[in-house]
Amino acid sequence: MAAAKKTPVTITCAGPLNGALSGVLTWVDARFPLVKMWEEQWGKYVAPKNFNFWYYFGSLSAFVLVLQIATGIFLTMNYKPDAAQAFASVEYIMRDVWGGWFIRYMHSTGASLFFICIYLHMFRALLYGSYRKPRELLWIFGMLIYLCLMAEAFFGYLLPWGQMSYWGAQVIVNLFGAVPFIGEDLSIWIRGDYVVSDATLNRFFAFHVIAIPLVLLGLVAAHLTALHEVGSNNPDGVEIKNQPKDPQTGLPLDGIYSHPYYTVKDALGVVVFLIVFSVIMFFVPEMGGYFLEYNNFIPADSLKTPPHIAPVWYFTPYYSILRAIPPLFNSQFPGVLGMGAATMIMFLLPWLDRSPVKSIRYKGPVFKGALTIFVIVFLVLGYLGTEPTNVWGQFGAWMGNADVATVVARICTAIYFLFFILMPWYSKIDECKPEPARLTW
Amino acid sequence: MAATGVVGGVAAAATAVPFAGSMFPSERAKAAGAPVEADISSLAPGEMKIVEWRGKPVWIVSRTKEMLDGIQKNNGRVSDPKSEVPLQPDYAKNEYRSIKPEIIVLEGVCSHLGCSPQLKSVEAKNDMGQDWTGGFFCPCHGSKFDFAGRVFAGSPAPVNLRVPPYKFVGDAKIIIGDDSKGA
Amino acid sequence: MVSAYSSTFTRVAICAALLLPFAARANEGPRLQTAPINSHDLVSLQNGAKVFVNYCLNCHSAGYMRYNRLQDLGLNEQQIRDNLVFTGVKVGELMQTAMDKKDAKEWFGVAPPDLTVTARSRSSSAGSGADWIYSYLRSFYRDPSRPTGWNNLVFANVGMPHALWQLSGQQQLHEEAFESEHAAKAALIASKGVAQLEESHEMKDGKMAERFVLKTLTAGGGAMSQREYDRTVTDLVNYMNYMAEPARLERRQIGFYALLLLGLLFILVFALKKSYWKDVH
Repeated sequence: MAAAKKTPVTITCAGPLNGALSGVLTWVDARFPLVKMWEEQWGKYVAPKNFNFWYYFGSLSAFVLVLQIATGIFLTMNYKPDAAQAFASVEYIMRDVWGGWFIRYMHSTGASLFFICIYLHMFRALLYGSYRKPRELLWIFGMLIYLCLMAEAFFGYLLPWGQMSYWGAQVIVNLFGAVPFIGEDLSIWIRGDYVVSDATLNRFFAFHVIAIPLVLLGLVAAHLTALHEVGSNNPDGVEIKNQPKDPQTGLPLDGIYSHPYYTVKDALGVVVFLIVFSVIMFFVPEMGGYFLEYNNFIPADSLKTPPHIAPVWYFTPYYSILRAIPPLFNSQFPGVLGMGAATMIMFLLPWLDRSPVKSIRYKGPVFKGALTIFVIVFLVLGYLGTEPTNVWGQFGAWMGNADVATVVARICTAIYFLFFILMPWYSKIDECKPEPARLTW
Repeated sequence: MAATGVVGGVAAAATAVPFAGSMFPSERAKAAGAPVEADISSLAPGEMKIVEWRGKPVWIVSRTKEMLDGIQKNNGRVSDPKSEVPLQPDYAKNEYRSIKPEIIVLEGVCSHLGCSPQLKSVEAKNDMGQDWTGGFFCPCHGSKFDFAGRVFAGSPAPVNLRVPPYKFVGDAKIIIGDDSKGA
Repeated sequence: MVSAYSSTFTRVAICAALLLPFAARANEGPRLQTAPINSHDLVSLQNGAKVFVNYCLNCHSAGYMRYNRLQDLGLNEQQIRDNLVFTGVKVGELMQTAMDKKDAKEWFGVAPPDLTVTARSRSSSAGSGADWIYSYLRSFYRDPSRPTGWNNLVFANVGMPHALWQLSGQQQLHEEAFESEHAAKAALIASKGVAQLEESHEMKDGKMAERFVLKTLTAGGGAMSQREYDRTVTDLVNYMNYMAEPARLERRQIGFYALLLLGLLFILVFALKKSYWKDVH
């Protein structure tokens, strides 16, 4: 058996501990590809130099994931996943556990900020064509992470066992009841009971705490591996791998090492993020009822339906779409299908975008207009999902006294789907500008 | 090679069965949610019996002819006289919302915010108004229902009281929560 | 070449879409007065705790609040034990009610809800939970048609009797009808104290007419004057607001220091980033 390779690892940043640390790392590195992993994944990973504001949200999402897991672990130390004790155990954490309120607010704020980061992260991909070849699989892994995150949030929201937790879960599980033929049995199987009950709470706890976090961690690893395989995109959509190499460094002309440049830049991003996070967590944790819903401070009551059930804000665009599609043949199933399709259609983006250029900077007015309209429509749908359908009153008899909000939601739903369905056409006919050879800021 | 794969697949599928199967309602859930038998042999006309099914109070009321006539008089004053909103099994979608006119079975949960209404017979005209023909009154916010469980217009409650699935076993027994045919 | 798109277009679009909710806010729910509570006023909080224990705990529980947490209000355990614990439990116990749940359901149709976090659950776009409770407790009036004999302008047909009636007296309902919505709304704005505007539609001469009724309350003539009663309710609401989240003041204090620290960190990390990036063009 050959002797273990002993390439010395030199550390020069720990001052007096340099020698000892170097020794330990050399020992480890001879037995585990520590240095290789560090350099490939981050230290010597070559990234484009022109990452801007939109490029913070990937690392921030990873940061929030770590926060959620850490705070989640400490919450499970005191939380009781039992219908009779869950609500009280959350109040116990808020009052009787030292530092409990801090951990709870971190977790609730983190959940909402996680979605803000993810939506902005996905929007970056829309802006710069980060889903285009050869990053289609990267995009697919990302979409799978998004779906898992939505499931994670949905399961987690039942756990406080408040009115909104209970009835939100009841409504969503009933959606599965809309599936033809097997719907009723499917709902019973999901719930473990005839109505949302203790059995449901316990299994949602298992999904939220163990099953989905494990899947999420695996998918995040796959996501990062896929990224490092093909290299990062950038705001110009120009592949730096195709650039000539700088004779001195051996790197592409517009490439830089992630360490220390993006280490320090992402650190700055984290600090700014923490400032925003702290303002919310310490001063407005409820965020006007959007991050912590007021109704959820009432213990779940199976006999008392709240006058107005709405999902948490990050689900509302899809909820709007569900509500906008009218029942057909006495079934809500078409609405359910529409809601599912709205999420799934994003998987197809890499193949729908036929533009010769990747980045919005070089696309023509048609795509820019379409994306602007899409953003507006998404936000309008999101807002409408938080309100009852009569929030904007009714049209007169000339429109059959229809709710204004419902009509607007239907128009927005149509535009939402058209953004994707028509993309192969309008991305092709668009008048694009030539991409530069060197990156710009 | 192929045979090994097939048998391995069968083994994996067989192992998955207990996992997926464990998610169906447990015996405890089934017992709590099981149909409930109610003995109405001693239920006098005009009387109400309450049984609990799936955590909810279920009322069984024996209706007199006067109560049935009173229901007819309310057709113009209730919000959903024909029970259009699907809150009852098909066999209860009729003018008396029941299988037999003399017996009504209702879930005793106010369709407003879930309180438990009280029975108010036709004698309660002083409290309930001169045109009261009998029914139920919810003390929480004042919703009124007639003896078919239909909500009066103007009540905070939006819809009628729910009729659970039920069936008769002979004349003296009702099973609530089960309306299958056969033994 | 930097495209204007990602900065301007998107941000304008987002701003426009975010302003939409404020453009068309439907008027919903009762009007609430702002509760004039001062969370730092320990005397008010102590008085509120006293009122709560004396008038509310008979029927309601505050089952997530421990008696000895009242030390937050500047009381010591002896004072709490002597003045605020009526059910004979230890001072470390939770504030439960003496009323049996089954009895409560029979008497009232439903057991009176736990009040620990009501100041959070009653929040809405119309006002904070404290505002709701403040308005609610001052809006009871005599109504012989109700089983309890009481009704309420904020919570119509409520099943709760007026627990504080001895202090406020028996207020009566006063209704004033208006033909136009404009006049009615002007009267609502001009009215002081509790008031609600009710819209109703009725057939008049074969046409659907709208009626606007302004509901106000007359003075009650109870043991306290209106000002004293309002002050007592303010104290009670102050206490309930505290009880809903005892950590509130502490969280804001810690938040202030956290932001100071993060601000300092920001300056340092920003300088570090600038120094590393100065050679990248």
